[in-house]
Amino acid sequence: MPSLKDLRNRIASVKATQKITKAMQMVAAAKLRRAQAAAEAARPYAERMETVLANLAAGVSGASAPRLIAGTGADKVHLLVVCTAERGLCGAFNSSIARLARDHAQALKAQGKTVKIICVGKKGYDILRRQFEKDIIELIDLRAFKQVGFVNAEGIANNILSRFGAGEFDVATLFFSKFKSVISQIPTAQRIIPAEIPAGTKVSEAVYDYEPDESEILETLLPRNLTVQVLRAILENAASEQGARMSAMDSATRNAGEMIKKQTQLYNRSRQAMITKELIEIISGAEAL
Amino acid sequence: MATFKFELVSPERMLFAGDVVSVIVPSVEGEMTVLAGHAPLVATLKAGIVFVQTTGSNGKEFFVNGGLIEINASTTTILAEQGRFLEDVNAAVLDQEILTAETKLAATQVEDEKRRLHEALVQLREFKHVFEGRKAA
Repeated sequence: MPSLKDLRNRIASVKATQKITKAMQMVAAAKLRRAQAAAEAARPYAERMETVLANLAAGVSGASAPRLIAGTGADKVHLLVVCTAERGLCGAFNSSIARLARDHAQALKAQGKTVKIICVGKKGYDILRRQFEKDIIELIDLRAFKQVGFVNAEGIANNILSRFGAGEFDVATLFFSKFKSVISQIPTAQRIIPAEIPAGTKVSEAVYDYEPDESEILETLLPRNLTVQVLRAILENAASEQGARMSAMDSATRNAGEMIKKQTQLYNRSRQAMITKELIEIISGAEAL
Repeated sequence: MATFKFELVSPERMLFAGDVVSVIVPSVEGEMTVLAGHAPLVATLKAGIVFVQTTGSNGKEFFVNGGLIEINASTTTILAEQGRFLEDVNAAVLDQEILTAETKLAATQVEDEKRRLHEALVQLREFKHVFEGRKAA
């Protein structure tokens, strides 16, 4: 049986924790609104880009196709770009992305393929490091940037492109969490090199004129597309992170409230029991005289 | 007048979407006007002004810097690398863009990329010149 003082301390500490989680929830809610707006504003561009690319890719074929669409022809070395958050305390957000990446990496390894990993965000690195220490080739830290944007995405995309140019890998896959709603974020794997042409995209039959010419347009468009996909992943991730944190902190606040209620009841009961006990002692002492 | 669907999107947001009569775009090989029923075309853009005519008399102007235009039977889409409302553009903004382009050019080593960035920079400087001339007029 804990003493009254113990109980009082315990209640005070849970109350302090509740204040922190509540504050974090409110901060996450405010940030979420901005992150969600940014993610949604970036969607039309990425979608249009996909359609244009699908239309163009349908026109190029065979050996003349650029390597970013056709691939290197090999399927030996896989690059996994794992985007996670820089901070924890956001529920299963980081671990679910890392789990997806880990399963993917293990499946590839079982097929005898080489896996290389680039971590964007420290948390994913912390989780994956335990198992894939040797395979992680780079950690990209975005903590210094308050609002990640196009510049960051461009940096990452250029990094990937230069590695591809140097022949370091054959296939690249991007891992991030798609923002569906505050309570639902879906960890997603998206193949970016060779570019994935989404199935079911309506390809127009028309034959295009090109100005200046087809190969030149594709040459600028494909790296551009990579940047846009990375940007989209980062923005979706930012929104997902805040959403996950918000719901995690919400339930933490509620749990703390429940615990306070229970402990307060226990405290009051034991206080009452103590008083009763003392009264009985006094009365029975008086009677004995 | 015949209209067609037109969209102008930049990575940050959608700048314009709706039915228009004509669009004038700064393609790398010169300005061109797109009307309804234009043949399918993909063209890259340089820094310049996109003029969108929504009705017979009304028009809107946008600043774009790089990107491409895709015209097909159903829609016309501009994917701008950078896009703004023209009202938001002034000399300071352009100077900033030029500075960014210059730093980027200085930072790259790849020969192809260098050539591309250099072209973009020249286009941007040209546009600044045009822009100032326009303001003075």
